[in-house]
Amino acid sequence: MSEPLLEVSNLEVSYGKIKAVKGISFTVGEGEVVSLIGTNGAGKTTTLRTISGLLRPSGGSIRFMGKDIAKTPAHEIVGMGLAHSPEGRRIFPRMTVEENLLLGAFSRVDKDFDADLREVYDLFPILEERSQQPAGTFSGGEQQMLAMGRAMMSKPKLLMLDEPSMGLSPLMMKRIMTTVTTLQQRGTTILLVEQNAQAALRRATKGYVLEVGKIVLTGTGQELLTSEEVRKAYLGED
Amino acid sequence: MQFLQQLLNGLTIGSLYALIAVGYTVVYGIVQLINFAHGEVFMIGAFGALATWSLLFKGTTAIWVLPIIILGAMLASVSVALLMERIAYRPLRNAPRLAPLITAIGISVILQEGVRLFYPEAKSSLSFPGIDIVTGPPIAIGGLDLRRSTIFIILALIVCAVGLWVFINRTKQGRAMLAVSQDPDTARLMGVNVDRTIAIAFALGALLAAVAGVAQGLHTRTVTFNMGFMAGLKAFTAAVLGGIGNIQGAVAGGLVLGVIEALATQYLGGATWANVWAFVLLIIVLVFWPQGLLGAKVVDRA
Ligand SMILES: Nc1ncnc2c1ncn2[C@@H]1O[C@H](COP(=O)(O)OP(=O)(O)O)[C@@H](O)[C@H]1O
Ligand SMILES: [Mg+2]
Repeated sequence: MSEPLLEVSNLEVSYGKIKAVKGISFTVGEGEVVSLIGTNGAGKTTTLRTISGLLRPSGGSIRFMGKDIAKTPAHEIVGMGLAHSPEGRRIFPRMTVEENLLLGAFSRVDKDFDADLREVYDLFPILEERSQQPAGTFSGGEQQMLAMGRAMMSKPKLLMLDEPSMGLSPLMMKRIMTTVTTLQQRGTTILLVEQNAQAALRRATKGYVLEVGKIVLTGTGQELLTSEEVRKAYLGED
Repeated sequence: MQFLQQLLNGLTIGSLYALIAVGYTVVYGIVQLINFAHGEVFMIGAFGALATWSLLFKGTTAIWVLPIIILGAMLASVSVALLMERIAYRPLRNAPRLAPLITAIGISVILQEGVRLFYPEAKSSLSFPGIDIVTGPPIAIGGLDLRRSTIFIILALIVCAVGLWVFINRTKQGRAMLAVSQDPDTARLMGVNVDRTIAIAFALGALLAAVAGVAQGLHTRTVTFNMGFMAGLKAFTAAVLGGIGNIQGAVAGGLVLGVIEALATQYLGGATWANVWAFVLLIIVLVFWPQGLLGAKVVDRA
């Protein structure tokens, strides 16, 4: 088998003396949708922020397309093909939709954004309707669409989504998750972080369950969905 | 007529404040840091121009000298601003807010004393060269004395403001600045080099301060090692007046402050009180409109 797109080995991350991620390992292969699930505070966001270079690991390694990126500055990582749609969406509130999207393409050396803008607008028509409006006025769901569209504008090889369904209405949650499926079918590789285990695992080729900084379960999405532990802890079933 | 004359004087001095104020506001918008040593960057610009002239063009008053001494001023100001950012402020970026403030005072003292001790004869005020087209005899319009340096200063402000607007709104690096001012971490996720963007903000402020340094030199025909202190305070007042972080606000604040100062000097108690009015205004604004008269928009739409 060829090398995975992303390979995280024994990753450790600390905030001062507090260890938030305690030696986790996982891989994401080309074309896969890998779900990282776990309750609030498990270390999911910390893991993604470390992969993106916003945080520095205190141990372990991160290999992306065969290259160790643990020490690569954050602003160089997106240009290598690793996009991160952060927790809480973090759109630029005082910029228009289009300006947000163009910032998503900031790392690109080519200037052919039109086709990619088109693609984002086809996926989320509301963004095109409101392309000249400041993004800060948008609802949570619209902001999430914008955040995902912005991440897509960098033409990533791997798209990391941190809790895209957080705080959304069930309808909007469904809309966002459907888009994840669409992207998946188009061949985008996705690392999906969710507390909403059901939605995340249903789509996953592979899943990891994180608990207080450690991976406690691994399996295919289906295996995890049907596993006793996951049903009890994350799907609210007895 | 007296009123118009004072208005003109106010716009002149106000344009200088505006040019310097932009430096405070741009840096604040990007890193939420008040660079209290920015007045010194202005002073260094004036000395950079003087040094360039003394070394290369002593005795020349022709117009072609002007762009070169402006370049000399810019080189001096930008170098000093980049050095202070790199050596003093960057290591303190995550320190408590008091640390960079105290550092700024230290940098100011070092720069002032450095110039006073090491620039030849700088212990007392030095005379600044004339450039005929700017420092020649005033132009009389009606009963008004229009000084050529006034025209130069106001033009300089317009050119700088337009240039800055184009840079921020029409270049990739400008978009990066807007992004960093709104959310630095997310800007990094987009591929923006935040360290470089901050350095560019310092450099931009320094460019305008350098122009102000030359302009003031040509206007008053003297420079002193401590000229940055009061000018810096006034420009800071102007930036607060316009809403710190707001570039248009800084320009408007500078002009308003200059005009108020000139009119107050004329009608309320004379030159000895000029500085007092500026700070009375500062206090009033801080108490009643802490967001500034135009609101702190944080480097939005220059
Ligand atoms: N900036 C921070 N400083 C200190 N501790 C933090 C910080 N961010 C997160 N943590 C801690 O690290 C742990 C993991 O947090 P996080 O990665 O945000 O979890 P998750 O995304 O799974 O909810 C938590 O205990 C949290 O309190
Ligand atoms: Mg999280």
